Amino acid sequence: MTQLTMGKALTAGLHGAMTRDDRVVLMGEDIGKLGGVFRITDGLLGEFGPQRVIDTPLAESGIMGTAVGLAYRGFRPVVEIQFDGFVYPAFDQIVCQVAKLHYRTRGRVNMPITIRIPWAGGVGAAEHHSESPEAYFVHTAGLRVVAVSNPQDAYTMLQQAIACDDPVVFFEPKRLYHTKGEVDLDADIADAAPMGLARVAREGADVTLVTYGALVTTALDAALAAEDDGISIEVIDARSLSPVDYRTLSASVRKTGRLVVTHEAGGEAGVGAELIASLTEQCFHHLEAPPLRVTGHDIPYPPAKLEKHHIPDLDRILDAVDRVMDRPHSLSGVVS
Amino acid sequence: MHTLTIPTETVAPADDVARLLTPEGDRVSDPRLDPWAQHLDVDALRALYRDMALTRRIDGEGVALQRQGHLGLWAPAQGQEAIQVASARACRPDDFLFPSYRELGVLIVRGAQPADLVLGWRGEVHGTFDPHALHVATPQIIIGAQSLHAVGYAMGIRRDRSDQVAVAYFGDGATSQGDVNEAMVFAASFGVPVVFVCSNNGWAISEPVALQARTPIAGRAPGFGIPSLRVDGNDAVACTAAMGWALDRARSGQGPAFIEAVTYRMGPHTTSDDPTRYREADELEKWRARDPLRRVEAYLRRLGAFDEAFVDEVARAGDVYAAAMRDAVLTATTRPPIEVLDDVYAEPHSGIDRQRERFGAYLAGFADGEV
Repeated sequence: MTQLTMGKALTAGLHGAMTRDDRVVLMGEDIGKLGGVFRITDGLLGEFGPQRVIDTPLAESGIMGTAVGLAYRGFRPVVEIQFDGFVYPAFDQIVCQVAKLHYRTRGRVNMPITIRIPWAGGVGAAEHHSESPEAYFVHTAGLRVVAVSNPQDAYTMLQQAIACDDPVVFFEPKRLYHTKGEVDLDADIADAAPMGLARVAREGADVTLVTYGALVTTALDAALAAEDDGISIEVIDARSLSPVDYRTLSASVRKTGRLVVTHEAGGEAGVGAELIASLTEQCFHHLEAPPLRVTGHDIPYPPAKLEKHHIPDLDRILDAVDRVMDRPHSLSGVVS
Repeated sequence: MHTLTIPTETVAPADDVARLLTPEGDRVSDPRLDPWAQHLDVDALRALYRDMALTRRIDGEGVALQRQGHLGLWAPAQGQEAIQVASARACRPDDFLFPSYRELGVLIVRGAQPADLVLGWRGEVHGTFDPHALHVATPQIIIGAQSLHAVGYAMGIRRDRSDQVAVAYFGDGATSQGDVNEAMVFAASFGVPVVFVCSNNGWAISEPVALQARTPIAGRAPGFGIPSLRVDGNDAVACTAAMGWALDRARSGQGPAFIEAVTYRMGPHTTSDDPTRYREADELEKWRARDPLRRVEAYLRRLGAFDEAFVDEVARAGDVYAAAMRDAVLTATTRPPIEVLDDVYAEPHSGIDRQRERFGAYLAGFADGEV
């Protein structure tokens, strides 16, 4: 086991994937000499050369479209979108080409492209640098979507994503880049849990709390705090948003009978809406209370000084836990 | 004072092009193109004509099949046979081509089978042929998107140290798209072996090329650092030469090249379109006089190489192919409903598995699978 930040774990994951398969190429803005604005590709240009670590012109659709061409030729491009809010110029290529080409060609053309996106807020960033666009991609058939929450998953799941023959949108929570954790660099990737599976991050009996990305840490803090009130929260890191591991999620909801989903993105037609709809279909007769979402507001991402009021925090999560536990909460007497 | 007006007349005259065959079939000289046309002997000219005539015959059959209700849609290629056939014939079989939906002649040169040309337009499948077998990407619907795919493929060619070339086909409308402009930036910056073939057919559905470009489209490429040629797109000899020049540059490591082939869409945008609403009949007549097939025919006659036997042979080949298209349509069977869920992902996906299970159970409730 090695102590690594999530950023360094991602670098190690890229290194492992590039060492294992010489068809893996990295593409993006400033990923060469600079090592990326978050330094995730640091040192890789020196080791693998400019043929495999490609600093591209500053055009996201161009990056994605040329990645499609490389994939046509049998390469495995790993694309870095510099910030979450910069992915939209590439949206057409992702939705119309990357996601659909396997289907359009009846399986004759694979698109094994990994789209890495430094993601979400909480780092005091400028406009367009803190977005949570995951629902757009979850809604798009043909893509797989994953979000990592700790250095070990970052290391393992990035290599799994790159090895996958399908396109994977890979969300990296920016505010965890410098968070350290134990990483087993020697373990065989083949032995790791598949990236499509959720992980029970903490077992509990009363409430199932589902989240992903940086909010897994907040959810675990909430579970610890709830202990003091005698409430046992089971925290699930969904990890994969497409497909969702409903086997793990529904088993938990059937056990606890109560469900809270939390994410930074706004709630309207978001991932939480889908999780709750599907889990209600699957677990209706086991539910003791209406499932709840704790999400960002349905607003453009707010200015940095206000973002702490946007991102769900421990207290907002516990407030929802109180509601599903039928305990006094902020809306007692206000909303039935 | 600046005013925004929609231009109605082209400012890039269609006659301002390099050509080697006049509309009457006279061989003329062009110092840039001549070196690349020397290899075109009578056999090569007849082969060019044959593929162009096949394309026109097959195109006509496609329109007829649509009019008879067998196809949902068809995008006619009539008038554009010269650039499509000549550019594809100039390529090596392992050069990888990225066509738009209208590049019928490219598919025919590459050996697409009759069923390949109709089952997509009929709505039985999206992609028909295997792109890796023909070295042709699944034809692109999203305007200009394939230009980036060609450049990416060419980046891969460079990494593999191969001497193949990638070719991006698109129309005049596509040159307004960001993707085409980004493709030229990437191609020039990386110096990759890609050839851009812009078939400027005058119209993007109802919008004249003057709405996309106030100056010749070929003039844009040098601004990106890409040399270009503006050729008569209805002159198969000039198109062959221009493509030879571009391919040679790309193959020998000199980077990308751009060809604007000035041609004309004689038919509607698709069978759903009515061009009489937006263009004049005399424009059509003007271009009918520049027909790409008649031009090669006139040249071959001058060379004494166009006779009844040849005409009969070409017509017979066209009829055989067209009959096979019709047969493919009439005998087409629609796949079972459960197969709509096939091939969304290359690897197992629990979401698709769950839908397959449920939709399968639903379908099983119908006697004999009749839904």
